[in-house]
Amino acid sequence: MNVKKRLMDGARMSRAMRRMAIEIVEKNRGLDDLMIVGIRSRGVPIGERLAKEIEKIEGRPVPFGVLDITLYRDDLTTIAPQPVVKPTKLPEPIDDKVVVLVDDVLYTGRTVRAALDALIDFGRPRRVMLAVLIDRGHRELPIHADVIGKTVPTDADEVIKVKLEETDGEDEVLIMEK
Amino acid sequence: MRTQQSALRSKDLLGIEPLTPEEIALILDTAEGFKEVSERPVKKVPALRGQLVINLFMEPSTRTRVSFEIAEKRLSADTLNFSASGSAVEKGETLIDTAENLMAMHPDMIVIRHKHPGAPKMLAERLPASVINAGDGAHEHPTQALLDAFTIRERLGRLEGLNVSIVGDIAHSRVVRSNIHLLTKMKANVTVAGPPTLIPAGIEGMGVRVVHSLDEAVEGADVVMMLRIQLERQGKLSFPSLREYYNTFGLTPERLRRAKEGVIVMHPGPMNRGVEIASDVADGPWSVILDQVTNGVAVRMAVLYLLGGAHMAEA
Repeated sequence: MNVKKRLMDGARMSRAMRRMAIEIVEKNRGLDDLMIVGIRSRGVPIGERLAKEIEKIEGRPVPFGVLDITLYRDDLTTIAPQPVVKPTKLPEPIDDKVVVLVDDVLYTGRTVRAALDALIDFGRPRRVMLAVLIDRGHRELPIHADVIGKTVPTDADEVIKVKLEETDGEDEVLIMEK
Repeated sequence: MRTQQSALRSKDLLGIEPLTPEEIALILDTAEGFKEVSERPVKKVPALRGQLVINLFMEPSTRTRVSFEIAEKRLSADTLNFSASGSAVEKGETLIDTAENLMAMHPDMIVIRHKHPGAPKMLAERLPASVINAGDGAHEHPTQALLDAFTIRERLGRLEGLNVSIVGDIAHSRVVRSNIHLLTKMKANVTVAGPPTLIPAGIEGMGVRVVHSLDEAVEGADVVMMLRIQLERQGKLSFPSLREYYNTFGLTPERLRRAKEGVIVMHPGPMNRGVEIASDVADGPWSVILDQVTNGVAVRMAVLYLLGGAHMAEA
């Protein structure tokens, strides 16, 4: 795959995340009942960073959890090999909380559909919001993001690659051609 | 969505012997993800929704069957229990005919317990469904060995380099065979002990050390695995009496002192208290016997999940 364009470098990514953190706090009017939940795998480090930014802004920590959606995928019986299953870890009951689901890229919406199903099995949040670093369009389900780092119009044959310090050694977002 | 290039090579789980160390590690790692499902308020995930699993238990079993059934239900599979008593088997139907009749109902997986070694393999070769061996004669009981390994790893953090001693009826136990295969593949040091009449000749060839006293077996052990003495075979016991067996091979707190600090005691169940294990040990701080039961569900969920998806093309 060829790199077509570099959408974000480390500095732009940090700025985008800082703004996302502010938007989350603003939309929720503070930290009350707020919980950040990262969708495995790259939603986890992004969610962690958002939680840290929010703590910087508000001066107190916000609960952070990790959601594994593998078992809720709609393509489990048609893909091989089976994707790796890891534990879901939520810090406290989600009943009556405002849960912010975090992922790297919003594309077809199928991951978010699975995440909503997985989340609802743990309780009844008062509200669920979605925060993504990149929204690249091409939705296949009626799902939208509440907080977006950057909206990028893409072609279906392009791939968005989000690299993060924690998982890939550096921060950048690339648009690649298949 | 990303997928990782790790999968089981076979459509079936017939034993530990054909598995690679990587496949064993994959099952154990996957089971960690499933353990958490049993602790949720809603203990169910939709992974095997719409799949039919037939539990074909041709030999009596409670805990293994129940454990598989819970695992299947927690994965949202449809389950059908089939046992030898009260079925066409009593009317003289052969295993193959039984299986072909079941196959006509399009199950995705068949969990089989059978008194004859190799029965699961015979089904696996003839049927398109995934076959999971839930114990075949004295051959293998792979999910028991996997849940034992999972429990050891959970408590002691690893398998490699650990001293694991297995004590009791080594000759008739499928649990032992599967455990020896698994533990030696994962580079643990395995010692077996029991009355000479219950140690099969040539077992050293499986890469284990053989001793004939409990004290020798317990000395320096990280894990002591006690096996059930099969009381139902009372008439043809391979040792003088149950009392003598307890005096010679029964695990007591005093005898456990020779083991390493932090030793864990395991038993595949059902236990005979006062025969192979003293109550003080079974209920003591060393015992992980109930963890084994809990972990059995997670490990079986992992196996069902890994075999339950689309099958890889034969490489």
